[in-house]
Amino acid sequence: MTDDTMTVRLDLDDVPGLTGGTRLPREDLAPEAEDESRVVIGFSRDDAFTVAGAAAAGLAIGLLLTVAVTLIPIGWLLPLSFLWFVAIYSTLVFLRNPGPAVRDRFWTVMLWAAGVVVVGSLALVIGFTLVRGEDVFAQMFSTAGGQSFWDRFHFFTTDMRGVGPLSGLDEGGILHALVGTLIQIGIALAITIPLGLTTAVFLGEVGGVFARFVRTIVEAMTALPSVVAGLFIYAAIIVGITHAFNGFAAALAITVLMLPIMIRSADVVLRLVPGNLREAGHALGAGQWAVVWYVVLPTVRAGLTTAIILATAHGIGETAPILLTAGVTSNLNFNPFEGPMTSLPLAALEFVKSPQPNMIARGFATAAFLLVVVLVLFLVARALGGQEPGKLTESQHRRLTARSRATLARIESRAPRPVAPLELDELLVFNHYLAPGEDSRPAAGPGQDPTR
Amino acid sequence: MSALLQTTRPDYPEAGADDAVARPLRHVRELSDKVFRGVSRGGGVIVLAIMVLVGIFLTVQATQAISKVGIVAFLTTQKWSPETNQFGIAALLTGTVLIAIVALVIAFPLSVGTALFITEVATGSFRRTLVSIVDLMAAVPSVVFGLWGLIFLQPAIVPFSQWLSTWFGWIPIFRVDAADPGNPLPDTSLYTSSTFIAGVVVSLMIIPIMTSMMRESFSRAPIGEREGAFALGATRWGMVRSVVLPFGRGGMIGGTMLGMGRALGETIAIYLIINPIFNINIHILQNGTNSIAAHIALRYGEANAFSMSALMAAGLALFVMTMIVNFTASAIIARSRSGAESEG
Repeated sequence: MTDDTMTVRLDLDDVPGLTGGTRLPREDLAPEAEDESRVVIGFSRDDAFTVAGAAAAGLAIGLLLTVAVTLIPIGWLLPLSFLWFVAIYSTLVFLRNPGPAVRDRFWTVMLWAAGVVVVGSLALVIGFTLVRGEDVFAQMFSTAGGQSFWDRFHFFTTDMRGVGPLSGLDEGGILHALVGTLIQIGIALAITIPLGLTTAVFLGEVGGVFARFVRTIVEAMTALPSVVAGLFIYAAIIVGITHAFNGFAAALAITVLMLPIMIRSADVVLRLVPGNLREAGHALGAGQWAVVWYVVLPTVRAGLTTAIILATAHGIGETAPILLTAGVTSNLNFNPFEGPMTSLPLAALEFVKSPQPNMIARGFATAAFLLVVVLVLFLVARALGGQEPGKLTESQHRRLTARSRATLARIESRAPRPVAPLELDELLVFNHYLAPGEDSRPAAGPGQDPTR
Repeated sequence: MSALLQTTRPDYPEAGADDAVARPLRHVRELSDKVFRGVSRGGGVIVLAIMVLVGIFLTVQATQAISKVGIVAFLTTQKWSPETNQFGIAALLTGTVLIAIVALVIAFPLSVGTALFITEVATGSFRRTLVSIVDLMAAVPSVVFGLWGLIFLQPAIVPFSQWLSTWFGWIPIFRVDAADPGNPLPDTSLYTSSTFIAGVVVSLMIIPIMTSMMRESFSRAPIGEREGAFALGATRWGMVRSVVLPFGRGGMIGGTMLGMGRALGETIAIYLIINPIFNINIHILQNGTNSIAAHIALRYGEANAFSMSALMAAGLALFVMTMIVNFTASAIIARSRSGAESEG
C-alpha cells in the first residue's frame, strides 16, 4: 500500500516553469463570466415579500369575513387568517418552485406556528395572571386611600384574620401564606439538599448495580403524581402520628416531590465533569473522597446551585400535597408542628374558590406574586446554569490565581527538607497499594467504573 | 495476502509468558473513602426507602377498602359512597384517561412542532431562548394554569365547544345531550366544566416535558446522516422526514408517554375546572367529568377511616397507572438513546 502512494508523488523540482508555490492552470487567461447561481441559499428579499404579502392577504380576508361581512364570529379571526395565509403562501411558492420546495415551505410555516402557539399560550397565561393581579397591587402604589407608605403594603404584612368575604381590597393580606411557604420550603430544603446531593453523588461517583437501580426508581418518581405524595404523607404522618394538619407534614410532602427532581438534575450535572479532572486528582494521590470534595463538587458548584433552585421553584408551586397535609387557615402560624399552615398556591386556590370578586382578585394577586417568585428563581438558575462546568468567571479566576500565588509563597518560604527514597509501604499514600496479593480483582477507580 | 493481514504476535523468549495474567492489585481504601462511600450509599438507600414506602403505604392502606368490595366491583362501580360500601373508580378512571387523551391529542402536534422548530429552524441565541421558555413553562405552578383555565379559557372556549358539538355532534364523543342547535340563545352552562376544557389546560402543562424529551432526541440525529440527506438534494423538510423523525421516533413515543404520565396525575388544574360526576361520560364537550387525582383532592377530608381507605385505593390505582406508563416511557427512551449512541 505504501509503495502505491509513493509512485503518485510528484517531484516538483523536475517540472519546468514551477519555481515554488502553487500555480493554478489558466491563471493568465481572462476570467470567464461567472454563472449566476440558480439556488439562493437563505432567506432572500423575494421570500420576505412572499411571506409578508401572504400574511397581509390572509389577515385581510380574515378581517373581511369576520369584521366587515360578519359572516363568521370574531373569535375565528386568527385561525381563519392563518388558514388563508397558509393557502396563499403555498400557492405563491408553488408558482415559482418545484413540489419538494413547496412542501418544505409549508412545513416550515407549520413549525413556526407550533412554536408561536406554545410561546404565545405561555405568554397569555403569565400575562393574564399578572394583569388580573394588578387590582391589588395597584392600590399599593396609589395615594388615593390616604394610607401611609408602609400601610399600603398590607397585602404582604397582614393575614386574612377577621377579613370578611365582603371586605375591600384595602384589608387583609397573604402574610400567613408567605410565612407558611417560607417555613415549609425551608424545612423541605433542609432535608432535600443534603439527602438529594448525597444521593446524586452516590449515583454519579460510586456507581454500581445498586446505584443504577436507585437511578431507575428516582427517574420514575419524578413523575409521581403530587396528590399521591400528599396522600402518602397524610396516611403516614397525619393519620399515624399527629392526628392534625400541620406545616411539617406539608414540608415532608414537598420533600418527597422535590427529591427526585433535585437528584435527577444534580446527577445530570455531575456527569458533565470531565473524567480527566478526576483522573488528575487520583494521579496526584487523592482518594475518592478527596477527589469528590476538592475536584468534582467545586467544578459543578454552579450546576448544583441550579439544580437546587429549580427544585425549589417546583416545590414552591406544589398545591395538591399541601392541601392534603397542611390544612387551610387564614391565620398567621409560625409553628410548623402545630396547627394548620397554608402556603401561597393553596391560598390562591382558596381565594379563587370564593364567588366574591374581591376574593378572586386576591387569588390572582397571590398567584401573580407566586409566579413572579418562580420567574425570579428560574432566571437566577438560568444565569448560574449558563456557566459551564470548570469554566470560571473573571472574579473567580482572579481569586483562584491569588490563592495559588499565596500557596506558592508559602511553599517557597519553607526550608527544603532532605527527601528519602520512598519505601514500598509509603506508596499507600497513593491509595492504590501495588503489590502481589491474595485479591486478584483489578482496582476499579471511580473514573473507569466498569459498571457505568 | 491473507497471511499478511493476520495478526502475528512476537515470540516471547520466556517460557510460559503467553499465559501472563494481569498483575494482581490489592486495593486499600483510606478511611475517609470508606466513610464517604458508606454515607453516600446510605443516602441512596434512604431515597429508595422513601420511594418504596410510598407504594407500600398506599397498598397497605388500600387493602381494607378493596378487600371489602372486591377488586372487580372496585374497578367497575360508577359510584362513590363508601358509607354504603358502594364505591368504585370506573367513572374516575374513564374521566382521567379521557382528559389525558384530549391533552395528548392537543399537545402531541404542538410538542413535535415546537421541538422540531427549536432543533431545525431556530438558531443561536433564539434557540437558547426558546429552550429556556419551554423549561420555564414547566416551572409555572399548576394553580396558575388552573386559574387561567377557569377564569380566562373557559368563557373563551365555550363558543368553540358549541360549534364543535353543533357540526360534529354526530360523532358520539362530540355529542352534548340536551343541546338544541336550533336555540338562538343556547345554554352555555351545558358546555362548561367539561373534559375538553380540562384537557386543553392539562395539554399546556404537559407540553414542556414532551417538547424537551423530543428536542433532546431530535438533536441527537447524527450530523452525517443529516448532511447526507442534504447532499442528495433533500430540502430541510425532506431531511427532517427522512433523518430526524426516524431517529427521534423513540424519543417521540417516550416523551408522549411521559407527558401522559403527567396528565394522569395532574390535580389542581382539573380540580378547579371540572364539575365532578360519578357516571361515565364520554361526551367530552359536555359539562361534568371526574379524575382520580381531583377526586382525592376533593374528598380527602372525610372523617371516617374506611372512606380514607377507599381514597387510598383510588390513589393506589393512580400510582400504579402512572408508574406503568413512566417505566414504559423510560425503557423506550433508554433504548432509543443507546441505539442513537451506537450510530454516532
